[in-house]
Amino acid sequence: MTDVQIDRPTRKIVIDPVTRVEGHGKVTIRLNEAGEVEQARFHIVEFRGFERFIQGRMYWEVPVIVQRLCGICPVSHHLGAAKAMDVIAGVDKLTPTAEKIRRLMHYGQVLQSNAVNFFHLASPDLLLGFEAPVAQRNIVGVIGAFPEVGKWAIFIRKFGQQVIAATGGRRIHPRLCVPGGVNQNLPVEQRDALRKDVDQIIEWCGEALEMHKSFICSHEKLHETFASFPSSYMSIVGADGGMDLYDGTLRAVDADGTPIFEGVRPADYRDYLIEEVRSWSYMKFPHIRSLGREDGWYRVGPLAQLNCCALIGTPLAEAARKDFMAQGRGGLVHATLAYHWARLICMIHCAETVRDLLFDDDLQGTDLVVTGERRPEGVAIIEAPRGTLLHHYEVDDHGQVTRANLIVSTTNNNEAMNRSVKKVAVDYLTGHEITEGLLNHIEVAIRAYDPCLSCATHALGDMPLIVTLEDADGAVIATRVKQ
Amino acid sequence: MSMAAPTASSARERRVLVLGYGNPGRQDDGLGPAAIAEIESMGLPNVTAFDNYQLNIEDAMDVAAHDIVWFIDAARIGASPYSVRAVSPSPGIEFTSHIVRPEAILAIARQCYDAAPQAFLLAIRGYEFEFIEALTPAAKDNLDAALVMLAERMRAMQAEAAPMEAL
Repeated sequence: MTDVQIDRPTRKIVIDPVTRVEGHGKVTIRLNEAGEVEQARFHIVEFRGFERFIQGRMYWEVPVIVQRLCGICPVSHHLGAAKAMDVIAGVDKLTPTAEKIRRLMHYGQVLQSNAVNFFHLASPDLLLGFEAPVAQRNIVGVIGAFPEVGKWAIFIRKFGQQVIAATGGRRIHPRLCVPGGVNQNLPVEQRDALRKDVDQIIEWCGEALEMHKSFICSHEKLHETFASFPSSYMSIVGADGGMDLYDGTLRAVDADGTPIFEGVRPADYRDYLIEEVRSWSYMKFPHIRSLGREDGWYRVGPLAQLNCCALIGTPLAEAARKDFMAQGRGGLVHATLAYHWARLICMIHCAETVRDLLFDDDLQGTDLVVTGERRPEGVAIIEAPRGTLLHHYEVDDHGQVTRANLIVSTTNNNEAMNRSVKKVAVDYLTGHEITEGLLNHIEVAIRAYDPCLSCATHALGDMPLIVTLEDADGAVIATRVKQ
Repeated sequence: MSMAAPTASSARERRVLVLGYGNPGRQDDGLGPAAIAEIESMGLPNVTAFDNYQLNIEDAMDVAAHDIVWFIDAARIGASPYSVRAVSPSPGIEFTSHIVRPEAILAIARQCYDAAPQAFLLAIRGYEFEFIEALTPAAKDNLDAALVMLAERMRAMQAEAAPMEAL
C-alpha cells in the first residue's frame, strides 16, 4: 500500500528516537534554486548503542552476544567477533579442523543470505522488469512466470541454513566458536546429508546465473547505467590475491583498478580508514584516510569482492568471474546492478567451497582449540554477505570488554547508497512529484546494496520507505511513503 | 530435493504451526521468541513452535505443512495486551531482505505448494526496544495474557476441529 502526501511546505523530516526503534529507511532529495537535484541522502538507521552494550562483557561471551545484531547475518557477526577474540586469546593460527569448520559455516551463511537477496529481493525487478505492475513485481509473481526460481530460492536458502545448523549445532543462535577455536567438529551423518545435496545446489546456482545473464543481454544499457558511477572498492583477499570471504588482508582499488592499498592487516585498519560522523545521520561515514573525506569513499559487497580479487579458487566461479570482468573492457565493473551478477558468482563460489570442505577429512578432526597468552586488543575482518565487516575490541586485565568498534557492511556502503539514490533522482525525477515510478527506481537502487537495518521487526509499526522532496531551503515539497 | 507438496492432514488432526519472531536482545522485541519458549513447555498436541529473528522465505515450507498458522510478533504500537487479526496471502516487495511479512510467506506457500492454511497474526504489545536481553514487566504481563488466550483457542480448535474466526 502506498500513501501519498503532497504540498506540506512547513513540515521538515528529522530523525527522531522513535524511528531508530522502528527501523525504517528515509530518502531525502533536495533540489537547488534551479529545481535540479542537488543532493540525495538515504537515512538508514543504525544502532551505535550496541557497542556500548558490549562493554563490560567477558570477551569469550561476545561471539554469542553479537548475534543479536542482525537477524539476517548473525553468523557473520559470530565469526567476526570470534576471529577478534582469537587475537585476544593470543591465538594466531587455529587448528585445521577449527579453521575449516568455521569456513564451512561462513560459506553456508553467505550462500543462503545471497540467495535471499537475489531471489526474494532482486529477481522481481530483474526478471519481471522495473515497470511491471507492483501487484506482480514480487517473488510470487516471479514464481508464477519462472516456477524453477521458487525451487531455487527455497532450497538454496534452506541448504545454507542446514550447513549452519550442522556446524553450529542449531540453525538459530549457533554456538560454534570459542576464542582460539570451535567446540565441535562436523558429524559424519551431517556431512553425508549435505554431500547428497551440494551438487544440486551448485547446479541451481549456475542456472540462476544463466537466467540472470539473459536479463542483462536484453537490458544491456539499463544494466550498465542504472544508478551507476565509477568508484573505489574494498574487500579482503587471500594471500594469493584470490577471493577469500573468511580471512585475508584488506585491498582497496580506485575506479581504474589501481591499488590504493593492499596487504593491510586487520589490526592496522585505522592507519588506512577513518570514520566520520555527520550530524544528519546516525551512521558513520568511513573513508580511506589517504584520499580524504570527499574522495575516500568506496563500495563493498559482492561487486567489490569481484573487483578487488585477482582470481577465484573454485573452477565454476572463476570461469564466471572472467566472464563478468569482461564487461569492464579491461577495467573494473562499475554498474550498480552488477551487484546482483556478482552476488550470483559469489553464491557459486560458496557452494563450490562448501562441497570442497565436505570432502575434507579435517572436518572430523578432534583437535579443536588452541590457547595462547592473552592480549589487550583484537581486530578481525570478514567478508559478510553485504561486504566487509570489521570487529574491534579492547579488554582489561580481567577479560572484560572496555571498548568495541564495529564497522558493518552497510556503513561501508553509506556514501555509495547516497550516490546511487542521487543518480536515480537525477535520471528519473521530473517536476516536483514523487511518482510511483521514481519510488520504484529508488528501491531498485537500494536493493542492490540490500542494506542491513539491524534487527527489530514489529507487527505494528512496520518498516516503510519514506521519500521526501525538499526545495533549496529545506521545505518539504512532497512526501511519499511505501508501506 | 523436490518441491513435493507437504503432507496433508485430516480435519480431525489439524496441525498448528506457531512462528514467533523478533530479537531477544532488543528487550520487548523478544516477545515472539519468548512466546515460543512458553508454548513449547505447554506440550500442546499437534502444535509445532519455531522461533527466529525474523520470517524467512523457507518458512513457507513449514507453513504449507500445517492447517493453522499463528504468527507472533511484538507490536510497537496498538492495543494492549495484544491484538489478533486474520492474515491472508499477499505478496510484496521490500527495499531490504531484512523485512519479510506474514502475508508474503503465505503467498509463497500458496504459490509453491497450493497450500492455504488459516493464518493469524498475534501482535503482543511491547514498550521498550533497547539493547537489553529481557522483557519489560509490562510486556511480560501482555505475553502472559496472550498465551492464555492462545492456549485456549488452540485447545478449542483441536476439540472442535472447526474453523477459527479472527478475534
